[in-house]
Amino acid sequence: MMRLPKFEYHTPQTIAEAVKIMAGAGPAGQFVAGGTDLYPNMKRRQQMPKTVISVMRLAELNQITGDGRNGLRIGASVILTDVCEHPIINRDYPVVAKAARTISTPILRNMGTIGGNLLLDTRCNYYDQNYEWRKGINFCLKKDGDVCWVAPGSSKCWAVQSSDLVPVMVAIGAKLRFVSTLGERVIDAAGLYNDDGIDYLHKRPDELLVDIQLPPTNGWRASYQKLRRRGAFDFPVLGVATWIATDNSDVKDARIVLGGIAPSPVQITEAASALIGKPLTDDQIIAAAEAAYIKARPLDNTDFVYQWRKQMARQYTLRALRDLQS
Amino acid sequence: MVKNLKVVGKPFRKVDARAKCVGQTKFADDIVLPRMLFCKILRSHLPHALIKNIDVSKALALPGVFAVVTGKDFPIPYGILPVSQDEHALCIDKVRFIGDPVAAVAAIDEDVAFDAMNLIEVEYEPLDTISTIDEAVLIDEPRIHEYGDSGNIHKKVSLEFGNVEEGFAEADLVREDTFFYEGNTHLPMEQHAAVAHFDSDGKITLWSSTQTPHYVHRALAKVLGLPASHIRVIATPNGGGFGGKSDPFNHEVVVCKLSMLTGRPVKVTLTREEVFYCHRGRHPILMRVKTGVKNDGAITAMHFQSFLDGGAYGSYGVASTFYSGALQTVTYEVPRYKFQGLRAFTNKPPCGPKRGHGTPQPRYALEVQLDKIAEQLGMDPVEIRRKHLVAPNSITANYLRIGSMGLGQCIEKVVEGSRWNERFSGWDPNNRKLPFGKGIGIACSSYICGAGLPIYWNNMPQSGVQLRLDRQGGVCVMCGSTDIGQGSDSILAYIVAEVLGIDPFDIRVVTADTDLTPVDLGSYSSRVTLMTGNAAIQAAERARELLVMAVAEKLGVPIENISLAERRVFDVENPEIGVTFAEAVVLAESKFGTLGTVGSYSPPRSPGRYKGSGVGPSPAYSYSAAVAEVDVNPDTGIVVVERVWIAHDIGRSINPMLVMGQVEGSVYMGLGEILMEEMVYRENRNVVHKFPSMLEYKSPTTMEMCDVKTYLIEDPDPNGPYGAKEVGQGPLLPVPPAVANAVYNAVGVRIDEVPITPEKVLRALKDKARGRIGRFGPAAIPVVDWPEPLRVLTPSEGGDGSEMPRVAVHG
Repeated sequence: MMRLPKFEYHTPQTIAEAVKIMAGAGPAGQFVAGGTDLYPNMKRRQQMPKTVISVMRLAELNQITGDGRNGLRIGASVILTDVCEHPIINRDYPVVAKAARTISTPILRNMGTIGGNLLLDTRCNYYDQNYEWRKGINFCLKKDGDVCWVAPGSSKCWAVQSSDLVPVMVAIGAKLRFVSTLGERVIDAAGLYNDDGIDYLHKRPDELLVDIQLPPTNGWRASYQKLRRRGAFDFPVLGVATWIATDNSDVKDARIVLGGIAPSPVQITEAASALIGKPLTDDQIIAAAEAAYIKARPLDNTDFVYQWRKQMARQYTLRALRDLQS
Repeated sequence: MVKNLKVVGKPFRKVDARAKCVGQTKFADDIVLPRMLFCKILRSHLPHALIKNIDVSKALALPGVFAVVTGKDFPIPYGILPVSQDEHALCIDKVRFIGDPVAAVAAIDEDVAFDAMNLIEVEYEPLDTISTIDEAVLIDEPRIHEYGDSGNIHKKVSLEFGNVEEGFAEADLVREDTFFYEGNTHLPMEQHAAVAHFDSDGKITLWSSTQTPHYVHRALAKVLGLPASHIRVIATPNGGGFGGKSDPFNHEVVVCKLSMLTGRPVKVTLTREEVFYCHRGRHPILMRVKTGVKNDGAITAMHFQSFLDGGAYGSYGVASTFYSGALQTVTYEVPRYKFQGLRAFTNKPPCGPKRGHGTPQPRYALEVQLDKIAEQLGMDPVEIRRKHLVAPNSITANYLRIGSMGLGQCIEKVVEGSRWNERFSGWDPNNRKLPFGKGIGIACSSYICGAGLPIYWNNMPQSGVQLRLDRQGGVCVMCGSTDIGQGSDSILAYIVAEVLGIDPFDIRVVTADTDLTPVDLGSYSSRVTLMTGNAAIQAAERARELLVMAVAEKLGVPIENISLAERRVFDVENPEIGVTFAEAVVLAESKFGTLGTVGSYSPPRSPGRYKGSGVGPSPAYSYSAAVAEVDVNPDTGIVVVERVWIAHDIGRSINPMLVMGQVEGSVYMGLGEILMEEMVYRENRNVVHKFPSMLEYKSPTTMEMCDVKTYLIEDPDPNGPYGAKEVGQGPLLPVPPAVANAVYNAVGVRIDEVPITPEKVLRALKDKARGRIGRFGPAAIPVVDWPEPLRVLTPSEGGDGSEMPRVAVHG
């Protein structure tokens, strides 16, 4: 079988202890929650941390508190199965539970966490390969090489943001709380992601994601549609999250966010503009879907033919917005 | 001859089912021996290169490393076919694809072995690559191999049975179509693994997840320089094979050598990536079919051309090439037939036999073309098939002898089950019975029940069974056959139990051990039930005879009065008078001495005598028909197969539950091939495999599996044990074309390229909407200098199965 490289493993009991170990480990340190992303990457020698710090025993990261009226706080180490099954999330934030249910398989959702999913490494068919395979193409920009094989003329890495929850959190306006030895900060989910497959998070490595804060549910609706080859297992190769706030019958505010097509989630402001100030009619939805199609520019580094994925941006935006009608 | 069967035809559980369910089955990777070392194999990261130098000194110096071997340790080539001895366990001077093995280490644990592997330094001189059939046809240099028909063409075949031009001239309609069937791989759950132990007596034992221990035995004897009698190969239970474990593999040879060098047991377990590189899977085949028909759909002649992308080595490829042209004639009457086949070498993992070996691709082409012909003739696609079925007990134009032929009944069943007549609305798109987007399609097929000839020429049986009866009443069946999950161990137990009147679970089955069991050629070509079944019947009947004689004497009744059932041997006229089975064994052992019998099976001789007639003949042919129902989303092109009705002519079910399992498994695998699976490479990026992983090589999950309604047609074949025919491979064949035909029925576009992915459907729909032809598929075939075909008069022309002398042809 493929073997893990050697590393030191810590299981701190408090956040303070965890961030302290991390500060001591420096760039060779890495937090791990369920490990469903990190350990395969380590086996493939994509990531080689010397110090791995588990956050699974940090009590504060394992809790879900609050509700739709006041807002909900989900600890970063809550496993995805619990997100899928939690009664308040299902009642007040069904879009979050629905998106979480599309992640991978039941077995992996029993290990993988919501925090891990939001920080998921960007993915690419040239990168998510073992060491020997990557040697065959003389490696790539994201790891050990100097060319992005997806776009050889590019100076940027085009690995793809591949979490189902990221576009949803950006669309519904969730906030994320980070803690490090230097203190604490809370940011909008939208502010976390950077359009670069290597440097894909606006976050220092020593910062620990502690919780995800969902806004109160008054006056908005959201939906998520996922494109993938199979009904299980597969990462999204297009994910469309839509969010609208309504005032009487008119759309007051809207966000349409595409995942799975670029290094970061892509907000389609033109699609939102097509909806705002009008009722959510078929005509508005078609106009918004057209805007999503125009702005979607997937490349040839995931499953499916990329030109077809672009065409699906229209279809899946249509579906996601139709979910919000009525 | 067959009456009151007690075991045959009953849904007994498999003899190994409980062990598998509770995790007791020992697969090759479960074997742990004292002092065992672990092996890792360094593989080429270049697709085509000369090896200039290999420096293993750093690896050897690493503490915990016991041995490092390279190509110079394996000077003798091997290969599954005598005509393609083109592999070395480790490459000597040249690598031919990414994944070709170059060096191997044996170390104290897997971590050290991995580190040592990475310390081996190889200096390469890269060569230009050949990555497609077209390139192989056009580019002779550099040659991937120094043998073959020319340049990078491994093999060309050209055969003509009767005069096809005369046939086309007689036709009312002649159609030519071009199809492409993408390659795909077996994807067994169990990765290949092997353990070798060279003992202090100079004898070696290899445990391996192989489907063909006998052929591995022969290859090891050739390559290791040991007498065959000092080599023992034990095939461990396979966690799936599907043809992917039918070649002798480099890792098997390598662990044997490493064990010989170190004197310790050595184990290798391949990673999933390495399994993709072992491959030997479905050949990508480009096909051109020209068929002439009369107005009633009767075929007057067919000319079939196939171009196979073989990958970097021969493997079974020559046989695959012949198979891609062999079985076109066994479903519908084809009075004149011409076949031309070409296999190309390319810098990719080698292709070989996957479930249906060489025949799903041409079957897809034939069945889709027949659908198109039916439309042109305005015929129901069911009728065009049903009206022109090959007759039972006949000989085809290419000299395949058909025995039982249940395809007509198969068609009846699926037509009735799918309510075809209520749902198929003819060819007028404006007068549909089903809504646009919903469609049904039909296809039929046939497969061999065992290859008529062994892989190496010999006059010995293809399967042998030994039976030992001990005085406690125990029965042990020994056979070289290999259970790869299909249930062949169970079949032996059921058949022996039937003959001896005992319970199948009383029987000890010992299989696939070259020291303990008589030769069976292996689990390939759907041969095991038919061949080992017949051998087992013979062995068991011989044992039965001994028991009957002893008991008849004891009871003082005539021999013909003795019957065996329910663990008793008794007088049929006074059933209460008799002895237990164990007592019968004691009586027989007392009378005859130690009890052991043997049985063996050799297939009947084929009527074909022309060169190339060795591929295609079989003791019997199974038949299948399938109707698929699909939902096609015209906005996305996504195809969902909702239901498949499939009927299989099994001859007789030895165990209907296992037969149904094989049918459903075949439908599943067929769905994967038609909808998504692709063994593809980045030709412009060093010919790397696009995604050698179970995540990104898309194969259906249970979520994609459709409902299946299975019908078994039981029309016993005189050559099968109790009339049984094969089921392991045949039922896959009609599934891809049935789906393709259903897609056309649903949305009116032809996808002449497998897999039918959503972008192809959407592209064809858009083309059609713009007034172009609603088709996605290849347009052209390579221009090839075919050799003058070998001409054979058909049986109806008075031929005797031999080729016509060239001089007569030209004279």
